[in-house]
Amino acid sequence: MPDTADILRLESLQVHFPIQGGLFDHVLGRPAGAVRAVDGIDLNIGRGEIVALVGESGSGKTTVGRVITKLAQPTGGRMLFEGRDMTSVQGSSALRPYRHRVQMIFQDAYQALNPRHTVFDVVAEPLRSLRLVGNASQLTERVSEALASAGLNPPGDFFARFPHELSGGQRQRVVIAGALAVRPGLIVADEPVSMLDVSIRAQILQVLVALRDKHNMALLFITHDLPLAWLIADKIAVLYLGKLVEIGSADDITFNPRHPYTVALRNATPQVGANAGRAELRGLQGEVPSAARVPKGCRFHPRCPLAFDRCKQEEPPAIEVGPQHMSACWLAA
Amino acid sequence: MTSSSQEKPPLLDVKGLSVDYGLKGVPSRAIDSVSFALRAGEAVGLVGESGSGKTTTAMAIAGLLSPNARVSKGEVRYRGEQLPIDDDASMRPHRWSETSVVFQGAMNALNPVHRIIKQIAEPCMLKLGMSRGEATARARELLELVGIPADRGSAYPHELSGGMRQRVMIAMALACRPSIIIGDEPTTALDVITQAQILKLLGELRSRLGLALILITHDLSVVAECCDRVMIMYAGRIVEDGTVAEIFAQPKHPYTRLLIESIPNPASGKKMIRPIPGDPPNLVNRPSGCAFHPRCPSVMAVCATEVPSLDQFGRGRVACHLYRSSQEDKVAVHA
Repeated sequence: MPDTADILRLESLQVHFPIQGGLFDHVLGRPAGAVRAVDGIDLNIGRGEIVALVGESGSGKTTVGRVITKLAQPTGGRMLFEGRDMTSVQGSSALRPYRHRVQMIFQDAYQALNPRHTVFDVVAEPLRSLRLVGNASQLTERVSEALASAGLNPPGDFFARFPHELSGGQRQRVVIAGALAVRPGLIVADEPVSMLDVSIRAQILQVLVALRDKHNMALLFITHDLPLAWLIADKIAVLYLGKLVEIGSADDITFNPRHPYTVALRNATPQVGANAGRAELRGLQGEVPSAARVPKGCRFHPRCPLAFDRCKQEEPPAIEVGPQHMSACWLAA
Repeated sequence: MTSSSQEKPPLLDVKGLSVDYGLKGVPSRAIDSVSFALRAGEAVGLVGESGSGKTTTAMAIAGLLSPNARVSKGEVRYRGEQLPIDDDASMRPHRWSETSVVFQGAMNALNPVHRIIKQIAEPCMLKLGMSRGEATARARELLELVGIPADRGSAYPHELSGGMRQRVMIAMALACRPSIIIGDEPTTALDVITQAQILKLLGELRSRLGLALILITHDLSVVAECCDRVMIMYAGRIVEDGTVAEIFAQPKHPYTRLLIESIPNPASGKKMIRPIPGDPPNLVNRPSGCAFHPRCPSVMAVCATEVPSLDQFGRGRVACHLYRSSQEDKVAVHA
């Protein structure tokens, strides 16, 4: 049954990358194992909803984004887009309608733009390759509209410019314009502001929020920055070592976190405000383990200050701790 | 700062420092009349966006300017003695033992083909004249100091995580017992939890070794957590200087205020996104008068023509025409 409430549903999504074993292991018949980058996650994104996927490097957040944009193939679970199972759809022609609906914004606008293409070409490219426009004047109209929505005004002034003639903030706007030119239903933005100066970040965030408000576009905002996630998102999903440890409204996750990892993340984030200064940074000890050697039981237990016996043996399921608020922690049981 | 006169003389005194870069034959001013003093054991944050001159300021102090940079004005004094910051050879004895730098990209700053213990021991041999054995012993001590078991010294940089590599960089910087550490975005490439660990380590080392710290960052919240004082730079100039508590509670310069407001702050409860309009300034084509005037919400006629000087205001300094009216009006303007 097609679900109209959610634009995207991830069900037990899994991406394991096989490890190429050595010759010695092969001769001895040892299993080579796998990097469990994404290890069974359930996540829904509603129409026009902004969901932030928060995690540290190595948590698998970028891999999730790559699966959604069909740049990586899941090894398990399902991905439903507007009710259709897209898990195993492959090939450029089969994916054309999907690419029309789902677009990606990358972190590094310097690398995402071809230095030899003008702004017009960059934004026109998806319209041309997805064959969404009939003639040249329609194309110009759509490109102008996209540039204007991304805050590049007047659009005509930017048509003939090359990426090196733009500032960092303008470049990221061009990337956004390219993504929204096809009027997608969902944009996956992977750290879209982390390379930008603080004074420019807010401009880009405003553009993204306006897209949702005006066009009911859904946004998956991938970031490592919890306060930023709180600012922009309706819902925050916290990822640790390939698994979602907590999902809830932006306010619940920020002000009432129920998973010890979310608490640690919040406490480690430096704060600004009138009461700033010298708050002891209560962080965690140690580092994120390798996704090739995921700890048994709760994968966070070796670093968890509250871990007890059960955490070392059994993996906690997602437990409801409030309305629309889940925590995968035995303490919540 | 004038207040330092009754205390002991500053450890580092930067006076009217200006640095130009030659860009296709046209000199472009990266930093302009930068003046500040650093006291022993003090932690100062140097905050600015890309192109604000924060890294140039720090590199000038460390005598590490690139060959196309020229110190056109000003001087840097260390314990009262002028440093030959534009002469690589004469600067050499000062580096490491007075001021050392912790760079951002530890992977690029470390030599990939040498074990880390050797890389930490090297400055000890070169600078302190230690034998290999002594230097290795010192390197092991330094590793333990930064929280790495000494036996991990035999690892190569690629075998360490980002946080561990940054710890190695800090150990190296401490090798010759400097009194000033310059951290150039030392935690920018790290995850928040690792960042918190490194900031905590820097704070502990500061109090244990009495180090002064210049922390260069674009992230005001990092400064809020671990510095005593903060200097905000914009287009090559210091626009505001004050204690962390004062700057965050009562920012004076409009740029500082907008910068603080543009940081998401859940504690404020306000989900407001207020961008600073316009683009960062182009150094080759610098705006006239106050470089911030094209983006400033409080702009006045004088701002486009006259560069505001960095004047003492309250206990800090601010470079803004809003605060240059008569002494009595000053508080009123801010309120």
